[in-house]
Amino acid sequence: MHMADALVSPAVGGAFWVVSGTALAASCRSARRSPDGLGVPLTGVLGAFIFALQMLNFAIPGTGSSGHLVGSLLLGILLGPHAAFLTITSVLVVQSLFFADGGLLALGCNIFNMGFLPIFVAYPCLYRPLAGAGGPGRRTAATLAAAAGGMLLGALAVALETRLSGLSALPLRTFLLALLPIHLVIGLAEGAATAGILRFFRRARPELLERAPGGRTSWRAVTLVGMLAVFTGGCLSWGASRYPDGLEWAVARVAGAGAPARPAKADVPARPAGADVQARPAGAEVPARPAGADVPARPAGPGAPEGALHQRLEAVQRTTALLPDYALPGRDGTPEPSRAGTSLSGLVGGALTLLLVAGVALALKFRRRTA
Amino acid sequence: MSPADGSVAVAGLSFSYPDGTLALRDVSFRIEPGACVALIGANGAGKSTLLLHLNGSALPGPGLGTVTIGAREVGPGSLDAVRRTVGMVFQDPDDQLFMPTVREDVAFGPGNLGLDPAEVARRVDRALATVDLAQVAHKPPYHLSAGQKRRAAIATVLAMEPGILVMDEPTTGLDPRARRQLIELLKGFGHTRIIATHDLELVLELCERTIILHEGSVQADGPTRRLFEDPGLLAACHLERPPSLRPCPSCGANPMTDAY
Amino acid sequence: MGGTADPFLELATLDALAGGRSAIHRLEPRAKVVTVAAFAVLVASFGRYDVARLLPFALFPAVLVTLSDTPARYLLKRVLAALPFVLFVGILNPFLDRAPALAVGGLTLSGGWLSFASILLRFALTVSTALTLMATTRFDEVCLALERLGLPRVFTLQLSFLYRYAFVLFAEAQRMLQAYRLRAFGRRISLGQFGSMAAQLLLRTWDRAVRIHRAMLARGFTGRFQPPAARAWGLSDTLFTAGWLAAFATLRWVDLPRLLGGLAWGGPG
Repeated sequence: MHMADALVSPAVGGAFWVVSGTALAASCRSARRSPDGLGVPLTGVLGAFIFALQMLNFAIPGTGSSGHLVGSLLLGILLGPHAAFLTITSVLVVQSLFFADGGLLALGCNIFNMGFLPIFVAYPCLYRPLAGAGGPGRRTAATLAAAAGGMLLGALAVALETRLSGLSALPLRTFLLALLPIHLVIGLAEGAATAGILRFFRRARPELLERAPGGRTSWRAVTLVGMLAVFTGGCLSWGASRYPDGLEWAVARVAGAGAPARPAKADVPARPAGADVQARPAGAEVPARPAGADVPARPAGPGAPEGALHQRLEAVQRTTALLPDYALPGRDGTPEPSRAGTSLSGLVGGALTLLLVAGVALALKFRRRTA
Repeated sequence: MSPADGSVAVAGLSFSYPDGTLALRDVSFRIEPGACVALIGANGAGKSTLLLHLNGSALPGPGLGTVTIGAREVGPGSLDAVRRTVGMVFQDPDDQLFMPTVREDVAFGPGNLGLDPAEVARRVDRALATVDLAQVAHKPPYHLSAGQKRRAAIATVLAMEPGILVMDEPTTGLDPRARRQLIELLKGFGHTRIIATHDLELVLELCERTIILHEGSVQADGPTRRLFEDPGLLAACHLERPPSLRPCPSCGANPMTDAY
Repeated sequence: MGGTADPFLELATLDALAGGRSAIHRLEPRAKVVTVAAFAVLVASFGRYDVARLLPFALFPAVLVTLSDTPARYLLKRVLAALPFVLFVGILNPFLDRAPALAVGGLTLSGGWLSFASILLRFALTVSTALTLMATTRFDEVCLALERLGLPRVFTLQLSFLYRYAFVLFAEAQRMLQAYRLRAFGRRISLGQFGSMAAQLLLRTWDRAVRIHRAMLARGFTGRFQPPAARAWGLSDTLFTAGWLAAFATLRWVDLPRLLGGLAWGGPG
């Protein structure tokens, strides 16, 4: 459920950092204003609790797999939204730094997906109204609904963030189709586990749950933050996408160059109309990518077996044989560097770079040992 | 600090928990400055609750007794002064060592007293030297052994230069060597010392006076040796004689009566 | 949790490594945090098909690891352990993005393979660098650096406390898990059992928080934490930060691999 740096573009990452940072600042201010007696010792230690609790895996009934508690909703119910948000954020920060769960750039996204959405959206919109002042039955139902809702929202956010970043070619619909059902199940399990914990907790310490944790969620604040997210993300994506979708252009070039139409249906789902063209936040340095220039005409294969995999394997075989005397035939014979961001000389140079880096590292090591 | 600051007077203290359980029942005693007094009793006798009253962590309800530290009665207005005078060492050192490094933990108290950094540093060094932990000052608390943690917790309190040291089960979980170190350390202190413990050998060695609590009230209060020589008393309070006072298993000599 | 079987061990290992005394360890934490953050942003800023241009950035983790004596094999293991999710999402690229993007001789690499390689490279770079940061800087110093870089104190204190008590809580959770396993004969924890176990742990944790608070009050806590002694920023810190930031900027906008490739092969540069 964690977004990784490798799948996030600076625009999307940056936008969500802004959003999460704003929410964090607001929660900090709220926490300062109401020194709720126990304060940092409580939230800090509960953060450690949630952290440690993720070691305890339980069996999700109905499936064969195990899950662990994310804890956002539990914290929300125990501490109130602002303190809970601080706590879950601190857990995510530690996880990202020590366990590479999500990266540093993607941390803003993760805080939003697993902190903001469950605590500032699912908790007030689902749990509070559903639980109301009701009894155990209503509370359990509310917990299940809020946990599942929070998870689904988070999954949706992950899919959108990945798509907007444009680093993965996975089409949105497929991604969602894969993520949503899984996260529904996980969400229900989280809800059941949370409800179970609260049931025991309430029996032992009813007075702690009646603390009416402060922080009535301001609807205006939530809406503002949400709009800020959309606005920032949109701006950054728009500003960054100065080049047309390289692949569409490539296809056009290939088709225009007279190469026979490749079995195109495999590619169509990857280009959902419109959704791709605007989502090109891959940084200002992306050169235009008419890769078609390098593609020699190739006979359309006998159909399905000639997939990219097959191509690739062939390519690997031939690369090893051909590398010493490569040539990049352009359409008019002159060598033309591929514009797909990486040219062959670039790759060769890349290998040299690695050697250089390794050399520097070894030299440093050697110097230290003899120093 | 005048000697009178190190005196403790509890008068008619009673206390019930929110759920109604009576924890303390009309407890009264007086301790002179510099004395070393043990507080013993079965679990649930009220020892920990009593200790909490000594530094203002718990306050007596109206009409339910008074606690006086030095010249001050413990109450909402005197908490700061009381906490400066009474240094409490809790049962679990992990509850007390909450800063990232030992040095920062020891500096926490003096820092809160508003002292200037140079004085804070001086006190920290002195406290660490006293407990012999100067070499691990830069380490985080979870890198310390149980004995070191215990001593670090004591250092955090010593740095505040209290007149009275209150300790809750100081030798729990310590190996014999660490325990010996702790006992020697405590022997060297001039503070008023109040030690709640199950370790009756420590009591014999360290504390000239003992108060026995049973079901919230004071059952006995007197010289340690005399109390321990009364088997009926000990049994009634669900305690037993420490091994060093029992008859020798091999020769049968009775340490309490036979000269040896 | 990143595929680690024992998070306590991972935390403890990095914590132990962070206690080293190399030149990197001795750098002011802000210098390290700022350069690592800049690194992450710049690496992420490359285009989706950039592969070779990412490679020079490997210099940063390589130098840090070498100069700080961080065990490279350990880093590799951690990177691999965290790989699965990224792999899962990235591996679909070659199948979905088949438009040819690069030709070598008479054959083609599809864009999908390039973007997949790019994803993996970014992952390896950012993860190894972040881990190296944690292996050369004590966590409470990272918190302090973050605070001095602008994070609210309430939050950095929160992080400090979380870290401080993570080890204690881990130990408690491990003991509970152990006690369970000794009587469970291979059965996994059911939802109901989990609820009860977690609730016990929660209660104990809450009580512990109360005791910690009490201990703080007993030592005169008034609600404000004193700022800890700050490490001085030195010349080496300035050189480190400025030097690396300049290097990142240069490598971002100068295509070094293409230059090298051009020089080596006399081809298009």
